[in-house]
Amino acid sequence: MIEFDRVSKRYDGGYTALKGVSFAMDRGEMAFLTGHSGAGKSTLLKLMTVMERPSAGNVLVGGQALNRLRPRQVPFLRRHIGVVFQNHQLLFDRTVFDNVAMPLEVIGAPPGEIGRRVRAALDKVGLLNKERMNPIALSGGEQQRVGIARAVVNKPPLLLADEPTGNLDPELSADIMQLFEQFSQVGVTVLVASHDAELVRAMGNRVLTLREGELVSGGASPREQLHGH
Amino acid sequence: MATESQRDAGPRRGAARQKTAWRVLLDSYVAHHRKTARQSFQRLIAQPLTSGMTWLVMGIALALPMGLLLLLSSLQGVSAGWESTARVTLYLEQSADQAQLQALAAKVGSRPDVSDVAVIPRDEALAEFRASSGLSDALDYLESNPLPHTVMATPAEPVRTPEGVEALVGELRQLEAVAQVQVDLGWLQRLSTMTELLGRVVWTLALLLAVALVLVIGNTIRLAIESRRDEILVSKLVGGTNAFVRRPFLYTGVWYGLGGGLCAWILLVVSFWWLSGPVGRLASLYRSDFVLAGLSFADGLLMLVFSALLGWLGAWVAVKRHLDAIEPSQIDSA
Repeated sequence: MIEFDRVSKRYDGGYTALKGVSFAMDRGEMAFLTGHSGAGKSTLLKLMTVMERPSAGNVLVGGQALNRLRPRQVPFLRRHIGVVFQNHQLLFDRTVFDNVAMPLEVIGAPPGEIGRRVRAALDKVGLLNKERMNPIALSGGEQQRVGIARAVVNKPPLLLADEPTGNLDPELSADIMQLFEQFSQVGVTVLVASHDAELVRAMGNRVLTLREGELVSGGASPREQLHGH
Repeated sequence: MATESQRDAGPRRGAARQKTAWRVLLDSYVAHHRKTARQSFQRLIAQPLTSGMTWLVMGIALALPMGLLLLLSSLQGVSAGWESTARVTLYLEQSADQAQLQALAAKVGSRPDVSDVAVIPRDEALAEFRASSGLSDALDYLESNPLPHTVMATPAEPVRTPEGVEALVGELRQLEAVAQVQVDLGWLQRLSTMTELLGRVVWTLALLLAVALVLVIGNTIRLAIESRRDEILVSKLVGGTNAFVRRPFLYTGVWYGLGGGLCAWILLVVSFWWLSGPVGRLASLYRSDFVLAGLSFADGLLMLVFSALLGWLGAWVAVKRHLDAIEPSQIDSA
């Protein structure tokens, strides 16, 4: 599902965020991405949604080489990737329902189908009764779950989360992680960036660790091991 | 029979389903356009003062050149009407009597290069002058009628050119009892030169104002883009194409344009109604059938389409410059 091949990212100012990062993830696999802030976690996630382009190396998502993706093709890639942010990026000028409906509006889904799928996604995160509310009236944990509903409403094969529990207390964080686990069980590839070492350990998934832009552990993938032997 | 009809129904149902899927796509596309258009309009209505000011500015900037163009076409109508019926006026000698007048009129009227002839006897001319000039008291002091008999000849179609009319005038001047022949082409030529000049001024003004409108709309849309930055970021993040992200702003531009066009229409109707009285009186003083032609319905619609296009263009300029620069990489993940 994801393949990074000696990927480096150097910003214009000369700052190097990633150095020769290689790893692969299979369909339905769930993994954590850890490291101190500034270790390159966000940059790595941004490369997968083509918010950033690598300075060197290749990134493949769903078999698609992102280097060769033209700007006008980028939106169509993003429709297959759900993204969850720490600050959830919800819009406070519309209801919970309309926030979650955005990825469906973008692909021009018929209104009836939008209603059905938005309610299914809200049901999944346990917020079906709050669809008419403005997200500003919700608690932090609920807002984050609206963000997750928006990320999965389109049933993307890949789900990326950047510090999704950064602002939440441990109990709520565990709930959110359980939710991600459930998505991976139905075949969604899930990559969660988090610096919450304790929570990551408790989940028991594969862990990719970045240190100053280098992948220091978890780089091997099942597929690569297979190729090696 | 039954199995055959069942086998028939299979593919037909499949085709119908395909068609339905295609219809659903089109319907949802159209529905999205309608929704975007409606929401853009509601956003404008939600800020009545700001939107109203923009509409009024557009209305004034459109009404000014449009009003001048209408005035211009009215003026051109006048000169065109008079050029085609440029009449040659023959003033008879004071000594000429009624019989000579009739003889001359008959002679002139029978010429092949004259299509029509009218006679104004001196008494009639005086009565008319007395009625329209307001000098009746002064006229009472005159011992005799100072006005001559007049014959007015309309040149026939083939000689209605400056050279043809000049030749005709030359020949009419030779006729007996004719004191003076006058043809009033000079001021018509001046009028037509002036309308031509005015036309250029108006078109230049219209062009400049159109550019100004595009800039005004562009700036308004730029502000709208700034205020909806988060929404644009999220739209792009969840896979909105540039066309999708641009759409609401382009509709906003069209709404500004249409509203401005409507304002201009109202301004034109009101100001022409306000001017029509005085213009009518002025025209009657000049004995002109000049009518200030207002905005016809078709021209009004054309103006609306044009202003909507200007609004769209202004939005496009702003969107091209500012929207494409907003990329999700600017999302602050911290």
